[in-house]
Amino acid sequence: MAAAPDAWKPRNKALAWIEDRLPIFGFMRAHTAEYYAPKNFNFMYYFGSLAMLVLVNQIVTGIFLTMNFNPSAAGAFASVEYIMRDVEWGWLIRYMHTTGASLFFVVVYLHMFRALMYGSYKQPRELLWVIGMLIYLALMAEAFMGYVLPWGQMSFWGAKVIISLFGAVPVIGNRLVEWIMGDFLPADATLNRFFALHVIALPLVLLLLVVLHLGALHTSGSNNPDGIEIKQHKGPDGKPLDGIPFHPYYTVKDLVGVGFFLLIAAFIIFYQPTFFGLFLEKDNFVPANPLVTPAAIHPVWYFTPFYAMLRSIPSKGLGVLTLFAAVAVLFFLPWIDRGRVKSMRYRGSGYKIAIAVFALTFIWLGKIGIGESTWIGDTYIARALTVVYFAFFVFLWAYTYFGWEKTKPVPERVTMHE
Amino acid sequence: MNKRLWCGLLLGFALAAGAVHAEEAAATLYPANVNLNDRASVQRGARIFFNYCAGCHSLEYMRYSRIASDLGLTEQQVMSNLVFNGAKFDDPALSSMPAADAAKWFGRAPPDLSLEVRAKGADWVYSYLKSFYLDPTRPVGWNNTVFPSTSMPDPLWSLQGVQTAVFAPAKPGRDARVEKLDLSRPGLETPQQFDRTARDVTAFLAYVAEPNVYERERLGVWVILYLVAFSLLALFLKHEYWKDVH
Repeated sequence: MAAAPDAWKPRNKALAWIEDRLPIFGFMRAHTAEYYAPKNFNFMYYFGSLAMLVLVNQIVTGIFLTMNFNPSAAGAFASVEYIMRDVEWGWLIRYMHTTGASLFFVVVYLHMFRALMYGSYKQPRELLWVIGMLIYLALMAEAFMGYVLPWGQMSFWGAKVIISLFGAVPVIGNRLVEWIMGDFLPADATLNRFFALHVIALPLVLLLLVVLHLGALHTSGSNNPDGIEIKQHKGPDGKPLDGIPFHPYYTVKDLVGVGFFLLIAAFIIFYQPTFFGLFLEKDNFVPANPLVTPAAIHPVWYFTPFYAMLRSIPSKGLGVLTLFAAVAVLFFLPWIDRGRVKSMRYRGSGYKIAIAVFALTFIWLGKIGIGESTWIGDTYIARALTVVYFAFFVFLWAYTYFGWEKTKPVPERVTMHE
Repeated sequence: MNKRLWCGLLLGFALAAGAVHAEEAAATLYPANVNLNDRASVQRGARIFFNYCAGCHSLEYMRYSRIASDLGLTEQQVMSNLVFNGAKFDDPALSSMPAADAAKWFGRAPPDLSLEVRAKGADWVYSYLKSFYLDPTRPVGWNNTVFPSTSMPDPLWSLQGVQTAVFAPAKPGRDARVEKLDLSRPGLETPQQFDRTARDVTAFLAYVAEPNVYERERLGVWVILYLVAFSLLALFLKHEYWKDVH
């Protein structure tokens, strides 16, 4: 990804001087004004740039939170209330961070589902998908550790339950759990190391992965709702006929997405900051107490689909295996789905029904995982839904491997739907 | 090795399940309908809180001076009407009761109430305040339908009066359930007046749980108006740039 070979140079002499020694402006140009994106992006294509926006928000608000947060079991809870009450704008910074965390997952889930809709994980973008999955994995670790930091009841008990999952590892399980916590219970040592990982290690990993994700994206080019490779139809100037420069076309378009996204975020931050107890849970306004178990222990909403799977399975080993498999299987999606046609617009109706069922399954599992209902039937429904979750991948493989899918003809060029 | 952890996890779930069952039997909550913008209501709640509750319960994250500035009270008003323990104006509202003694007297130290409404919800606090009844089987002589076996005696009994429980016939193998509460001895306030009192205290505690609420709701309007303008501008800009894309 060196500077453009056409020896483009900034007109300004000072900038040209820099460019000769470090082709940074050429690099920026190559990835904005010279990066050609398909012109037919739809609504589902806002969430990648929005995810970057939220990442920046989390880092900036996180830096300011760090300035007043006290990472110790004795002081964490009080320091969060100190931020909420005595630090100038502290409440706003914290709500931006907590709302941002939840909206990060909203945006990332939609971004991932977009890939499912239009086959963005397929050849030649398999690695792009795998890096994206690594981002999702890092994000889950980041969010989990961040949730432990305020040291409320749900922080403590959530940490205890989730860390104890590693106890399912054969032979070394118990030792592993103690090693992770640095104690026999989540304690000061746990909080301290989670703080270090949350504010330094994982953000660095996330940023690196995002750079790789963008590098991979700009190498193969963006997919689009028609699932057509725009690079196959180039004009005499060597530019894709169905492509437009990312800047200014998609920078101004993404600005619209940013505006509407921030509007939704502002409504939550200013008028429903706990989001009905989903983003900030009631039990986490009670300081951590190892002697009192909250009425219902469950992780935050974005983990509950997987948590519902775990809870519905009566054997711990099998439950944990299922939980990890549910995430791991997503990594292999590009090789499970053998279909040549990318976009669901031209795929068989079996595929369309399957991804709709898959999405509903995920949402329904999430609802059960929050655990507001105490109906015993939910356990059986969660088991059935877990089977459906994995059946999706089996179906997808069989459907495409045995050629059962009846695809429609894919157009040569992208279509515009105004 | 695995077994022990699995048991621990199961125990956690069992405890969770048990607690949920306890909740099933709990009384339904009354809607608190607090209005934090009714400043008089929050001020009355503050007065009741500091006269009836603050002897035992702290608001460790709440400063008197902050209460004054948020609720439109002067330092003089706060110091003479709300502060009874010699605290300074900028001090947090701490109770004077030593925690160790309190634990001895009541079985557990009275909890800090800074975040009570955020932890339990306004409806819960409001209903709890209304649901005390005489119960000679309890150490302090009181019980509560919203929080059975509570260790607190009814702090507002002189206002509400004294309630006694009317029990529904016990089902086999179960304890008798409280069907309703009867006002057996009227207090200084009528039931309607007491509803307002309980609502005022709840409103004050809701404010205390999140004192930034006023600034948050005031600022939100402007942020949203700005973002509406920004989005419209961005939309026009997008249409202008995209005119030539077909």
